[in-house]
Amino acid sequence: METAKLVSLLIQASYFVAAVLLILGIKRMSSPVTARSGIQWAGVGVLIAVVATFFHSEAPGHVLIENATLIFIGIALSTVIAWVWGKKVAMTDMPQMVALYNGMGGGSAAAIGASALIGAAYSAAPTQAMTTTQSVLAVLGALIGSISMTGSIIAWAKLDGRMDKTFRFGGQKVLNGMCFLLALIAGFVVVHHMYPHAIVLFFVFALLFGVLMTLPIGGADMPVVISLYNAFTGLAVAFEGYVQGNVALIIAGTVVGAAGTLLTRLMAKAMNRSIANVLFSNFGSGGGGSQDITGSLKPIDADDAASLLYMADNIIIVPGYGMAVAQAQHKIWELSKNLIDRGKSVKFAIHPVAGRMPGHMNVLLAEAGVPYDLIADMDDINPEFPNCDVAIVIGANDVVNPVAKTDKSSPIYGMPILDVANAKQVIVIKRGKGAGFAGIENALFYQDNCRMLYADGQAAANGLISGLKAVDGGGGH
Amino acid sequence: MIDGFLALYLFMLAAFTGHEIISRVPVILHTPLMSGSNFVHGIVLVGAMIALGEATTTTQQIIGFIGVFLGAGNAAGGYVVTERMLEMFKSSKKPAAAGENK
Repeated sequence: METAKLVSLLIQASYFVAAVLLILGIKRMSSPVTARSGIQWAGVGVLIAVVATFFHSEAPGHVLIENATLIFIGIALSTVIAWVWGKKVAMTDMPQMVALYNGMGGGSAAAIGASALIGAAYSAAPTQAMTTTQSVLAVLGALIGSISMTGSIIAWAKLDGRMDKTFRFGGQKVLNGMCFLLALIAGFVVVHHMYPHAIVLFFVFALLFGVLMTLPIGGADMPVVISLYNAFTGLAVAFEGYVQGNVALIIAGTVVGAAGTLLTRLMAKAMNRSIANVLFSNFGSGGGGSQDITGSLKPIDADDAASLLYMADNIIIVPGYGMAVAQAQHKIWELSKNLIDRGKSVKFAIHPVAGRMPGHMNVLLAEAGVPYDLIADMDDINPEFPNCDVAIVIGANDVVNPVAKTDKSSPIYGMPILDVANAKQVIVIKRGKGAGFAGIENALFYQDNCRMLYADGQAAANGLISGLKAVDGGGGH
Repeated sequence: MIDGFLALYLFMLAAFTGHEIISRVPVILHTPLMSGSNFVHGIVLVGAMIALGEATTTTQQIIGFIGVFLGAGNAAGGYVVTERMLEMFKSSKKPAAAGENK
């Protein structure tokens, strides 16, 4: 009796320590200097809680060993798969991996809810097995967790190129609404009567709704959706934590739910869209910009571009996802080091939504070895463009399009942009003449101070590096 | 069991905490932080372990096993991915502190 009490006390104490470590971990992850230790602190927190939980024992003797074995197998199997996959995946594919792991968390929370509800349904007094608050939160948590799971899987499939970007048909909104309503009705019946069949139906509709809700959302909006589902999973975990009476789950889940909601709003704001807009409407479906763009595209070759760089003092590089797709970030950093060695100031300007997620471009540049203090956010770098001698735009398009400020009929009107147009000279590295992701002509490219360097990102960087060397050679004669 | 209002206070305080610690995050860390908070809700594994540990019927065991499997994937995968992203962030001001990353 006494030892059982002591074990229970130790388990509770370890959950407390885990909760503290998780909060401190997130706190540390919000600054680049301490970020790495942050994830480690959080990691230790989860590890402590998991180890402690192995000593939790409330099932009758004969199934106890069986369950413990199942727990061990489940953790071992899943950890190995997730660990190996997570180690292998390319940095450009990171957003969809986050989506996938998040979906698993949502599924896990839904499973906790299912287990609790089924336990109640088959108990001696189904409607008395849980308090009303418990059953309501079990159902809500399971609903949110299920949506997060299937929704995240669709998001992963879309970002991973395994699925069409958008999937729309007539009456879709009505169907989605019906599905959600049916899930709610089934959930209501579950709370009141605990019928096993209602539980099954409830999960079918909840899981289906996650799929239906995510299908019509386009690839460009996926980051906001993934972030939203991340917040959903947090909330689901918190609700199921209440059902189990586990404070660590409540705290960690709610913190993630709140932080995730804020992060989602920040992302949506950076893209100049509201969350409702992302979920219930289509991007770029309105007519394209109608404003006439005057001027012409003026090509330049790598050698001439290199001499422009040779004479410049302040250089700003504006990378976009196109650079990452061409795997040119390493070459661009080589070029930058070359320029820095010549005593030039080189900075990287990052738009909040460059890449496939806000901050994704920072990760990709970091992978190439670019120190983070050379990388500037939009608000910090925009006032510097008038003093910039040469701005190099590589693989970015819509985020440098001045139309967002001038043309009210443009679908991207109002989106904050990098003021590359104000630089003394602009060099745009681009593979062809096509329009950007949103399918809008870029007025920047037609400006007098803009030159187009048509080449693959890596080839262009190589050309500029050898061009610089050639100028050196010429100067020596 | 946690009393209703006590739980409500818990929710409220934790929500403020989450809002507060994120509100001053630079854009540079949005992706790693999203990934990091994704790992933090991997604590759901603990709940799934308890659900499976208390299972008495085969149905509950199956559901519990799925929960544990998914929860462990969330925790392990979330950790690896976040750690990989964050280990790449370094400043030019403290040279070679993290060693050459080749």
